[in-house]
Amino acid sequence: MEGLPGSTPRRTGGNVLDVYLLQAFNGLSVGSILLLVALGLAFSFGLMGVINMAHGEFIMIGAYAPYVLQQAVGGANNDPYGLTFLAAIPLAFLVTAMMGIGMEWALIRFMYGRPLDTLLATWGVGLMLQQLARSVFGAPNVQVVSPSWLNGGLEVTQGLSLPYKRLFIMLLVVACVAAIWAYLTRSSAGRRMRAVMQNRDIASTLGVPTRQVDASTFGLGAGLAGVAGCALTLLGPIGPALGTYYIVDAFMVVVLGGVGQLLGTIAAAVLIGLANTSFELWSSATVGKAIVLVGIIFFLRWKPAGLVALRSR
Amino acid sequence: MEQRRSLTGAAVRESAVVAAICLLMIVVLPLVLSEFRLALLAKFLTFAIVALAIDLAWGYTGMLSLGHGVFFGLGAYALAMHMKLEAAKDGLPDFMGWSGLRELPGFWAPFDNGLFALAMVVVLPALLAAGLGILIFRGRVQGVYFSIITQALALIATLVFVGQQPYTGGTNGMTNFSTLFGLPLIETSTQIGLYAVTVIVLGLTYLALRFLTGSRAGAILVAIRDSESRLRFFGYDPALVKVAVFTLSAAIAGIAGALFVPQVGIITPANMGIVPSIEMVIWVAVGGRGTLYGPILGAIVVNGAKSGLSESFPDFWQYFLGAMFVGSVVLFPDGIVGAVARGVKKLKGARSASLTAGATAHDLPSAGRPLEAKS
Repeated sequence: MEGLPGSTPRRTGGNVLDVYLLQAFNGLSVGSILLLVALGLAFSFGLMGVINMAHGEFIMIGAYAPYVLQQAVGGANNDPYGLTFLAAIPLAFLVTAMMGIGMEWALIRFMYGRPLDTLLATWGVGLMLQQLARSVFGAPNVQVVSPSWLNGGLEVTQGLSLPYKRLFIMLLVVACVAAIWAYLTRSSAGRRMRAVMQNRDIASTLGVPTRQVDASTFGLGAGLAGVAGCALTLLGPIGPALGTYYIVDAFMVVVLGGVGQLLGTIAAAVLIGLANTSFELWSSATVGKAIVLVGIIFFLRWKPAGLVALRSR
Repeated sequence: MEQRRSLTGAAVRESAVVAAICLLMIVVLPLVLSEFRLALLAKFLTFAIVALAIDLAWGYTGMLSLGHGVFFGLGAYALAMHMKLEAAKDGLPDFMGWSGLRELPGFWAPFDNGLFALAMVVVLPALLAAGLGILIFRGRVQGVYFSIITQALALIATLVFVGQQPYTGGTNGMTNFSTLFGLPLIETSTQIGLYAVTVIVLGLTYLALRFLTGSRAGAILVAIRDSESRLRFFGYDPALVKVAVFTLSAAIAGIAGALFVPQVGIITPANMGIVPSIEMVIWVAVGGRGTLYGPILGAIVVNGAKSGLSESFPDFWQYFLGAMFVGSVVLFPDGIVGAVARGVKKLKGARSASLTAGATAHDLPSAGRPLEAKS
């Protein structure tokens, strides 16, 4: 599994501290992608109790958006400024958000209160979407040509240079999180969403259209997965099964962070991203990841509600 | 007491029926089916055993495990290690030489003993399940969290098995077996023997679970599924029961894995990861959870459809599998068995009877959709 998109590139020379800093930086960028993926899950899981196994496929669809645009303009040579990549980010958000809303309407809304059933049914949807991608784009992985202005890196010290691509990803994620925060606290739609999250029944009696909120929440989560998919195209080739590599990690982020706790989700994503890359340093990538997952299971034994626990009455 | 006596009568009758079916399958089918079809059926039957194991945990006790591929795989690897040593004839298994190992790793050595390997088929999955179960259930981790953690287990297991190539064969897994306990695997008689053993194990598993779920202990399992906290207030310890059920279920899955590997001749991490683990759940969902013939039927129907459809429409199969999953959850929540039972009921026009029988079970809102326990 070493060639996975998102896994850290092979480390080169430099002193130990530089290597570690670079590794930590890479961990943060992977963690930030994980955060985008997990936020969507945290919304649907925390708000509606829906386990969306097709979430990984939304990532995959988002990842194909820059590829499609690049093909549409006739390859990377006709796009010297990397505009297709920039345009693909909002496009991916819109497309996956619409798909999320569609899936909520066609399937999820019949299964509220039955999380295990949503898990199984959405897995089926995910299988079909994967096959669809295979039929449309072919089974082999494809490569999106990154904008040329993202090549190279920011020279911090002589041995340590932070790749622009990963810096861009982190900025993108920070922007997304800021937008979500603004949406949740400053817009009336966001306030309605929080109201439903805190107490669905009371929100409903106060006139909040909870059904509508459910659909838009689901759409928002799916859209974030699409953006995450766009970011992943910067790190490596993409393929129909792209999402499956991230779905388990993303669920671990949600569970570790504490369900319905956005702050916890952020902390957990950063923690898991850093832990993954740190363990990779002194063992192999696969063993490092296995250690992290085992660690999370033990942590949950100790604190079943996750990092940030919702106080229950 | 009255009820108990009638139960034993029914038990004897049911055991006789199952034994007769098994005998029929062992004697008649090898004569009727081609060698290829028989091998295919034998493989499906090992899957049916796993489906039974999952159904015990999920259908009866309400624990949806997305990691049973791991237990299946552990059982398979335990026997595969023995077969590998048998094939190597006092040398090193081939893949170890390719990975640069010079001598046999210490933990491999005891697998040279066939009985030890057979014991490990059950012990390894059971130990892992017990350990994980104690960790999870003592912490009162429930429902969806359990599913997500078992899914992480499936990921961990594949990562470790792929990563530790010198000890596990890596991505390619273990293959190139020649004999099992001295019997050449290529012989038709060995294959038919394995088929017969699989049929018997399936029959015994069915009966064992039939009596377990029909007993008072079985009622506790269903009670855990439908309302765990209520059971706790009665003074039971649901965590203990769940650990026991999960362990038993894992051990059964391990046996199925051990039957799978000599028949198919290969075991790889791809047989035990996230995707196969979820597919195993599909069999149970499609067949009908909470009944015991449902999962057997589901395993055979889904895999039969898979091999039939994927031969002629390789691109079509994934759509079909996905649709089958969505459909079985949304349209036929009780699977094939439930749909047939409903159809039969409708034909009989026994509407009033079903109302009285089904009302109590369906009136519990917290339990999701409890199935009517027929036993």
